Amino acid sequence: MTNTDLTTVGGLTQALEAGNRRALARVISHIENNTDLALPLLAALYPRSGKAHIIGVTGAPGTGKSTLVNQLAGVYRQRNLTVGVIAIDPTSPFSGGALLGDRVRMRDLAGDPGVFIRSMATRGSLGGLAQATADVIMVLDAAGFDRIIIETVGVGQSEVEIASAAYTTLVVEAPGMGDEVQAIKAGILEIADIFAVNKADREGVDRTVMALKMMLNLGVPEKFQVMHHGRMLPVNLPETENLPQGWTPPVLKTVAISGEGAEELTEAIENHRLYLEQSGGRILRDRLRAATELRMIMRDYLLETLLARTDAAVLEEMVEAVARREIDPYTAVRHLVNEKAV
Amino acid sequence: MDRKVRVLVAKPGLDGHDRGAKIIARALRDSGYEVIYTGIRQTPDMIAEAALQEDVDVVGLSILSGAHMALVPRVIEKLKELGMEDVVVLVGGIIPDEDVQTLLDMGVAGVFGPGTLTSEIVETIENALGRQPA
Repeated sequence: MTNTDLTTVGGLTQALEAGNRRALARVISHIENNTDLALPLLAALYPRSGKAHIIGVTGAPGTGKSTLVNQLAGVYRQRNLTVGVIAIDPTSPFSGGALLGDRVRMRDLAGDPGVFIRSMATRGSLGGLAQATADVIMVLDAAGFDRIIIETVGVGQSEVEIASAAYTTLVVEAPGMGDEVQAIKAGILEIADIFAVNKADREGVDRTVMALKMMLNLGVPEKFQVMHHGRMLPVNLPETENLPQGWTPPVLKTVAISGEGAEELTEAIENHRLYLEQSGGRILRDRLRAATELRMIMRDYLLETLLARTDAAVLEEMVEAVARREIDPYTAVRHLVNEKAV
Repeated sequence: MDRKVRVLVAKPGLDGHDRGAKIIARALRDSGYEVIYTGIRQTPDMIAEAALQEDVDVVGLSILSGAHMALVPRVIEKLKELGMEDVVVLVGGIIPDEDVQTLLDMGVAGVFGPGTLTSEIVETIENALGRQPA
């Protein structure tokens, strides 16, 4: 190897720019571990980012997300596009450890210098996960990957937050994984740009596809009118204000294990990418994301700053007072903040 | 700082018996490590590249096929080539006594046979990383 210095911000960013994979891996670790180098690295790399198309892949455990990511990355590689993958698995709340097993399904990508896979544990950080993921996405983006695929754990609110970091969100469903009410509960109908009904060689796939399509049509009522016996007719209505033209999430069938439908799925992602670019949706999403990000970072920063200058004993007193019901938590916070703000 | 020790568990070579590797992976997770499990039939190249991308502190190799004297040195060599000479390498599986010292001399930090307690592995990892065992 070269004798590049991978212990300094300058050395790391330079090596990363030159395509040094070890440097890339080290930078990601600095960010994950929130070391002293994390902030300077983020600051140095941020201006280099913003070129990649970011794809979020979410869906319940067992629907075949990893295998599908393996296929998608494969199709992109055939098209000579480089791919960064972030595979997220949960941290055990009991031990703080994690078993990150997504690489097992991505072995086709091993040995390809155009692919970089990084497994990330959720590390039990509330909301912080979304930020750490966004930072790692940014690093892969700055490293020059054309497409970045994030595979999420598949449950809960953090999915929605992580999805907000993606330009195209792909929701993976599988036949027999629960009825459409589950889909509504999970809030995935709102975040999905594309649906893949995976394991399409299984029984019940058409029912799942139909259920999803029905739900989607309810979500965009202006586009269809329900006729007698549930027959639906498309209706042309004036465009909605913000989006020049609506995007109706396509529902595609895939068999990830054989690669069936992977080509069509990639095509749908690319269509969505073009749609975002032409409709101005990408700029809109970038602004929204920047706004969310700034608010999140401000919140964390303010909290840290405030905690740092709050007397631990005073804080402890307040905790006791609230626990004894002598003061309500909202008033307590106002006391803590105002007292120290002067 | 929320520094977590990251461990890659891999099965090089052709034998497909990965129950032991999975049990170790789970035990290490329960000991608070972030374990990246890569599955069976991994080549030394694949293992070293995965270790690099995941920036792990430890690589655990599970070998039951008897090919350890061929596979382990190649993994170590590949790791060195990629600038990962600091990574702690552990070997688990069916390893004859006469091979253990040779593996240790190659730079393997620990060799573990069937029946090894998780605590032994954890202790070896913590010692090799120069940390206080939890």
